[in-house]
Amino acid sequence: MSEKKATRVAYGEALVELGKDNDKIVVLDADLASATMTNMFRKAFPDRHFEVGIAEANLVTIANGMSTMGLIPFASTFAVFAGRCFEQIRNSVCYPHNNVKLAFTHAGLTVGEDGGSHQAIEDVALMRVLPGMTVICPADANETLKAVKAAVEIDGPVYLRLARLPTAVFEDMPFTVGKGHVMREGKDGVIFTYGTMVEVSLDAAKLLSEKGMEVAVINMATIKPLDEDIINTYAAKCSKVFTVEEHNVIGGLGDAVGSVLAGKGTFVFKKIGVEDRFGQSGKPMDVLREYGLCADQVAEQILAAK
Amino acid sequence: MTIQQLEATCKQVRRDIINMTADAGSGHPGGSLSATEILVALYFEKMNVDPQNPKAPQRDRLVMSKGHATPGLYAVLGRRGFFSPDLFPTFRQIHSPLQGHPDMKKCPGVDASTGSLGQGASIAAGMALGAKHMGNLCHVYALLGDGECQEGLIWEASMAATHYKLDNLTFILDHNGLQIDGSNSEVMCLGDIHAKFEAFGFRVIAVDDGNDITKVLDALNQPAAEGKPTCIICRTVKGKGISFMENQSGWHGKAPNNEQREQALKELEA
Repeated sequence: MSEKKATRVAYGEALVELGKDNDKIVVLDADLASATMTNMFRKAFPDRHFEVGIAEANLVTIANGMSTMGLIPFASTFAVFAGRCFEQIRNSVCYPHNNVKLAFTHAGLTVGEDGGSHQAIEDVALMRVLPGMTVICPADANETLKAVKAAVEIDGPVYLRLARLPTAVFEDMPFTVGKGHVMREGKDGVIFTYGTMVEVSLDAAKLLSEKGMEVAVINMATIKPLDEDIINTYAAKCSKVFTVEEHNVIGGLGDAVGSVLAGKGTFVFKKIGVEDRFGQSGKPMDVLREYGLCADQVAEQILAAK
Repeated sequence: MTIQQLEATCKQVRRDIINMTADAGSGHPGGSLSATEILVALYFEKMNVDPQNPKAPQRDRLVMSKGHATPGLYAVLGRRGFFSPDLFPTFRQIHSPLQGHPDMKKCPGVDASTGSLGQGASIAAGMALGAKHMGNLCHVYALLGDGECQEGLIWEASMAATHYKLDNLTFILDHNGLQIDGSNSEVMCLGDIHAKFEAFGFRVIAVDDGNDITKVLDALNQPAAEGKPTCIICRTVKGKGISFMENQSGWHGKAPNNEQREQALKELEA
């Protein structure tokens, strides 16, 4: 495992790399380019970077207008503002299925010190309910590059959920939109997870293994469209099913997996995530601990599940 | 077209608006009738469009920011040849390309899906910005309602239009003074709307009678102000042309019944 890197940084790098060969890619920001890391693109291609000022609704609709001219706009801001421009995303972008990419950073509790007002725990729920929207949350820097590439190739709206906190960079893994990836095999239980929680879930699986429980860990980087096959296969094989996410347990991957499995058998099923409350300030790991999302806490919840 | 031909077209469009809303039993006649001259002037005179090639990259665009005025938009697109007027009776019916609000993926000639007020102005600004970036010399128009200017997004878009010097962008304000719950000044006063757009950096052109097609064309034909977006504020009459609909906010989103249809069509013959 190499040095840690935030997916937002990998996003900035990916834009620069992909922008070299594709002059249709343009990037829009709402005064956060130095935080969303699109400032790398701005530096490399200043004439293809557009500021809209502190105006997230306008960010989305301007990007949408540009997409109708044949450009491939990436609009970036913080994930917490997904709700602020939700109706622009719904009506201007998703209703006509326009080719707009929304790469929103600083998702989840690991924003840390900025506190609950800035920790998006609902963005996956919001984006998941929009018809035609592809929702991707990569687990590490390598997967982020692949996800950005895939977003360019999709002719339609894509939501990329990205993190502020530097996290582990795994060995290169395959990425296909709509496919889960098995990060660790196991027979006694399965964790479906994504983003920053992939690393946490793998650490939890190691702790569980020491206690004699072999838990599979599946990276569900694409939350929509959902890889129902892998969910059905592993639930049948493992019978104890867990979801781990840095998101409200309402409306996230947990609910999506639960919907797939409903009526299909008798499983132990537990959604591990933010228990329907807002975040708060603190160092990222302190906040995760407060909300029960550190590896040892996840392992305990899995052991206790009956 | 001659002015007489354009005026005759406006009259036909008004008949279509009445028939479409009456057939559907719903829809928005008032704001369609106030915008009729604006839409006819754009599609029959001003805009570079080809009904046989509705997606031509170099075409001029219209974003119907006041998306509820679909009867007016569809009447003009149909009469201009983007689709057959035979489709008019399918307006608002299941599987029709003539959705209640404009759908760019279903209806030929519709440049943007709109209906959620405020968003069209911003979409148009994005189109104009994209056009400039790509060296596309098209012009982008957005038709705004006056009540719509209560949406903050109109002003976010306006700030951006000036910031990016979008002289390929024209907002046209259909200023009929009425909205669903009453007059603009009762619901949320627009103040000096002319001064507001000027303060946001627009070149503003006032048209004292936006239901006089000659005056609308004169405004549209003024050369672009270099480095500035334009806003044409057209004073119009909601429900224009139908005596019992004129200046009545109640006809914003209500269809005429058959008796009212007959009376309206009779008035449009004269």
